[in-house]
Amino acid sequence: MSDPMKIRASLVGDSTEVKVLMSHEMETGQRKDAQGQTIPAWFIQNVVVTHNGKTVLAAQWGTAVAKNPFLSFKFKGGAKGDKVTISWTDNRGDKRTDEAVIA
Amino acid sequence: MFARAVFALAAAAIAPAASAQGSTADEIAKYRAALREGNPAELWQARGEALWREKRGPKHVTLEGCDLGLGPGIVKGAYAQLPRYFADADRVMDLETRLVWCMVKLQGYTESDAKRNVFGSGNDKKSDLEALTAYITSESRGVPMKVPLSHAKEMEAYRVGEKLFFFRGGTHDFACATCHGEEGKRIRLQDLPNLMTAEGAQKAYTTWPAYRVSQGELRTFEWRLYDCFRQQRFPELAFGSEAAIALTMYLARNANGAPYDGPAIKR
Repeated sequence: MSDPMKIRASLVGDSTEVKVLMSHEMETGQRKDAQGQTIPAWFIQNVVVTHNGKTVLAAQWGTAVAKNPFLSFKFKGGAKGDKVTISWTDNRGDKRTDEAVIA
Repeated sequence: MFARAVFALAAAAIAPAASAQGSTADEIAKYRAALREGNPAELWQARGEALWREKRGPKHVTLEGCDLGLGPGIVKGAYAQLPRYFADADRVMDLETRLVWCMVKLQGYTESDAKRNVFGSGNDKKSDLEALTAYITSESRGVPMKVPLSHAKEMEAYRVGEKLFFFRGGTHDFACATCHGEEGKRIRLQDLPNLMTAEGAQKAYTTWPAYRVSQGELRTFEWRLYDCFRQQRFPELAFGSEAAIALTMYLARNANGAPYDGPAIKR
């Protein structure tokens, strides 16, 4: 079970700025451990962000994304008090969903 | 539209580098500024806050009754006045040592259990102490450093720390002051703070703990000292030892007056 995401969503003009920190190892599959064994790749594969049930961002990620990734983006619309929901799924099938209220 | 944005970025990146002498340091400063907004230290803070409020240990109690120097349960501003003398323990303690003390006295952990994973490593070996430290230090952000030297043992720790700072030893015959006692010293490409000036000590001390991007971990001030000892080929610095606390006391006190600015993010 991974740690919760840290999400900030705020209204800037007519769009909503969302900033997300995710807690994930993001192993590339290129590293070896102390015994020389390859550490298997383990990374977030899909990210979906919805606002009022409508998808505003869908992303496919790979091993080039950093450990504990930071994602920042804007979408048109949104109002104070609306909910923004963020979900990720990694290549092991682990999932995490968190939500934030637009401030 | 996109192309124009890229061009503007490139122009902004080139201009200062061409004009400044210390262009490497400038570029590292820009790198830090870019990372600052999404500092993963916040993930440690959130986990630490949950740990602080969670009923844990053999006695199944929270840490909310822990006295960090300002009274039981008062977290706000506590880190800006640490290390300090604690009458109940009859010794000077830094934050990490005090947390271990509370985990033992309040939650009923054994000392070795409380000190398991003082420095974390990845997902399988997360450090509770690093998370708790991140949370408590974050509650002092913006609070001016005000480390006391009123008790005789605080004064003693300061003096011992000062001696340690200038003590030369190890295979390289290094002291802390060898690298941190002059302006413009560096290790690889990283500028080292001159800890003998108030400004240098303030800037260095108030930006720990920090998320180290190169390690993907949040590191505490105890870790910083531990790793400095390793780099200067000193004997391993024991966690929460008198030497560790004395050095912390010396550096924290020298940072007095500056607003605390952590947890920060560093390369």
